[in-house]
Amino acid sequence: MNTVKLTINGKQYEIEKGTFVLKACSDIGIDIPTMCHDERLVPSGSCRLCQVEVEGWGKLHTACTTQVKEGMVIHTHSEKVVKARQDLLDMLISNHPLDCLTCESAGACKLQDLCYEYGITEGTYRWEMSKPYYDDTNPFYTFDASKCILCGLCVRVCDELQGTNAIGFENRGFETLVATPFGEGLENSTCVSCGNCVSVCPVGALEPRSKMKFRQWEIETTRTTCSYCGVGCQMDLKTKNNRVVGVEPAFDAHNEGLLCVKGKFSYNFLSHPDRLTMPLVRKDGVLVETTWDEAYNVITSKMKQTKEDFGSDSFAGLTSARCTNEDNYMFQKMFRSTLGTNNVDHCARL
Amino acid sequence: MTNSIQEIKGTDAMFIIGSNTSENHPVIGAIMKQAKKAGAKMIVADPRRIEMAEYADVFLQLKPGTNIALLNGLMHVIIEKGLQADSYIDEKTENYEELKRLVKDYTPERVAEICGVDAQDIIDAATIYGEAGKAGIYYTMGITQHTTGTHAVMSISNLALLCGNVGIESAGVNPLRGQNNVQGACDMGGLPADLPGYQKVFKPEVLDKFQDSWGSKLSNKVGLTITEMFKAIEEDQVKFLYIMGENPMVSDPDTNHVRKILDHVDFMVVQDIFLTETAEMADVVLPAAAFAEKDGTFTNTERRIQRVRKAVEAPGEAKADWIILMDIMNRMGDETRYLNPAIIMEEIASLTPSYGGVTYKRLETESLQWPVPDQNHPGTKFLHKTAMARGRGLFMPVEHVESAEITSDEYPLILTTGRILYHYHTMTMTGREDGLNKLAPSSYVEINEASANKLGIENGDRVKIYSRRGELETTALVTDIIEEGVVFMPFHYTEGKANILTNSAIDEIAKIPELKVAAVRVEKA
Repeated sequence: MNTVKLTINGKQYEIEKGTFVLKACSDIGIDIPTMCHDERLVPSGSCRLCQVEVEGWGKLHTACTTQVKEGMVIHTHSEKVVKARQDLLDMLISNHPLDCLTCESAGACKLQDLCYEYGITEGTYRWEMSKPYYDDTNPFYTFDASKCILCGLCVRVCDELQGTNAIGFENRGFETLVATPFGEGLENSTCVSCGNCVSVCPVGALEPRSKMKFRQWEIETTRTTCSYCGVGCQMDLKTKNNRVVGVEPAFDAHNEGLLCVKGKFSYNFLSHPDRLTMPLVRKDGVLVETTWDEAYNVITSKMKQTKEDFGSDSFAGLTSARCTNEDNYMFQKMFRSTLGTNNVDHCARL
Repeated sequence: MTNSIQEIKGTDAMFIIGSNTSENHPVIGAIMKQAKKAGAKMIVADPRRIEMAEYADVFLQLKPGTNIALLNGLMHVIIEKGLQADSYIDEKTENYEELKRLVKDYTPERVAEICGVDAQDIIDAATIYGEAGKAGIYYTMGITQHTTGTHAVMSISNLALLCGNVGIESAGVNPLRGQNNVQGACDMGGLPADLPGYQKVFKPEVLDKFQDSWGSKLSNKVGLTITEMFKAIEEDQVKFLYIMGENPMVSDPDTNHVRKILDHVDFMVVQDIFLTETAEMADVVLPAAAFAEKDGTFTNTERRIQRVRKAVEAPGEAKADWIILMDIMNRMGDETRYLNPAIIMEEIASLTPSYGGVTYKRLETESLQWPVPDQNHPGTKFLHKTAMARGRGLFMPVEHVESAEITSDEYPLILTTGRILYHYHTMTMTGREDGLNKLAPSSYVEINEASANKLGIENGDRVKIYSRRGELETTALVTDIIEEGVVFMPFHYTEGKANILTNSAIDEIAKIPELKVAAVRVEKA
């Protein structure tokens, strides 16, 4: 058999060999807190919040890096474990600004959620906070080291998934900082602004810049398909008051939580003042606003006249590789069925 | 793509040719880098030392317009070394002897000379591809935008068949499609010879089916391609041009010529989300809803049919494209009303065998890649698993032919064009994003250090570029990622628009213009 028998929180389970304890628990519905774990990455065990007690193993072990073994007896929420998590959260929050009132990530912050869950109201460690470091040289997102909990997700995503390696850890111990090589700032790094680091930051350290202020709980999300290249990444549009204010990648799709700079950040064209809002017709050589009714009349009377005078093949249409299947279907149907010609093409070759 | 994006992770070797993947398909580029890290080999062939080249085991910096010679050279080495898939060739292909005879003359030394690469690199690349159990080829417009584009695609198919890489997982022939729904636009019959699902307009049984469904008389005459439409406008055969969501004034070759044509056409309707360079020339402009403002589906490069969902209202009186078209059809006498795009998809599915099992209901819970012939079919991860579409894979050996335009004393450099990471196509969307404009503000030309030095050009200098079709001014970006004799321009920008210079000579089979090779002269402005 390729499975092992073990006990978790007093219940017996049979689990596939090689499975990490964190995954095993998550599969059976036990929620273990973690801030550095990501299914797509090599487990790092850096935040240590997923620690569990294994009977007879002495100290606590991080569930994300420990594989299941025959006969293990695991406690995920014992008094000892909960105390350890509380201590860790206390340490983190002691070196974290308590600016949740103004923090953009409030409501979507794992540190906030876990402090709430574990009853941590303030940090009890009194020492000097980490030196402030702020990088606002990237046009799409900012980095505030004072909010960084050093989970390493951004660094690992940039390395393991995106393959760009623009950021890494600098210094050691309490001085540790996520930074670009030689501290030259994101602007002068190899960063390609994909924002895949921003998408995984569990706190407010990496923040997308948004043209509109919003609170996370005011947001509605809509799953859709990116409209740029043919990869067709799945993503969630975040909207408030009929306006797109942000984009999050879908993790359960072929793009596996990744986007590029255009998909992640280039959505402001939607609400740009240059958008066409009314039909236009040319009058005395100039395009002027008109009603749909008039625009349709101009088009259809010209269509009828052209068909009568010159026949169906005097029409030609360029349909669009940017529009939906349904739009394209209707376009070619209009040309073939209504106008009677196969003169339909598009920019597949460009 | 014959295969799927996620399958890249399982491949033994990737051959990337004519694709600047990390800039034009960034997420696929990232997945390729992940595969490389996990141990797959990578071969990159491109006229520029693009980012993917940094990851490659072998990088072939070939001269623009020499893809076929290179591919033939690789096949020559594979056969010479006996790395071809003999039993696969016997069982699943035909015309192998002809291929063998043709590539015999493409020795690494001769190909090295034509392509401007090292003979040993050709041997190394061929060995990697030939020895790999599962190898995928990934290409884009660097292969197709040549007067020999179709032949280059055939060469790619030859190479894949030679090593048994068609019809297996994590391999295949994989064009990475540039536009979000270029696959879908083709699938839906946005082509002059094809009704939805590539059903030919000249086949009586096809025409009967659509005539019955639509209740109208259809033409069985193959229509015009873009290039032919433009010619027909010049010759007063086409009077009425309707453009939906395209901007040929920026995207098409030989801009001056395009302008003349759009000026000449009797009546033009443009339906778009912005007043594009093309819309400015229209008689009627119709405001359309953008992707976030409507429901529908896009079909991605791996044939995956995915939902587009309305998240916000369209601005002002803008309407979804399908509604505008339906309104016009209704006013022209076709009474059919569709309540929503889901109903249109029902009609598509009823008429298009490869979309036969697609419904909006299924798309809520399933991810479907065509062909999906019926309701119970799970979709198709990779093509040609049991047999090739035509029965046996046909080798189509082709010779290397020079580009339509070659360099001369007056135009001594080759201009090649492409996209960059920070902009998309004609910039109607990305050009309105402050951050992107900050990162990539204006047009430029990449020129090799030595070429620049000879012309007295320094990095950042303003330069003039001339071709047989026009001239423009832009900024020089002096670099070592491109070789002497070749210059590169992104085609996005309206100011310093690369397509003023490009050649509209086309591939006779696919009618694709040779945007990747034009002869030019560069001077300090």
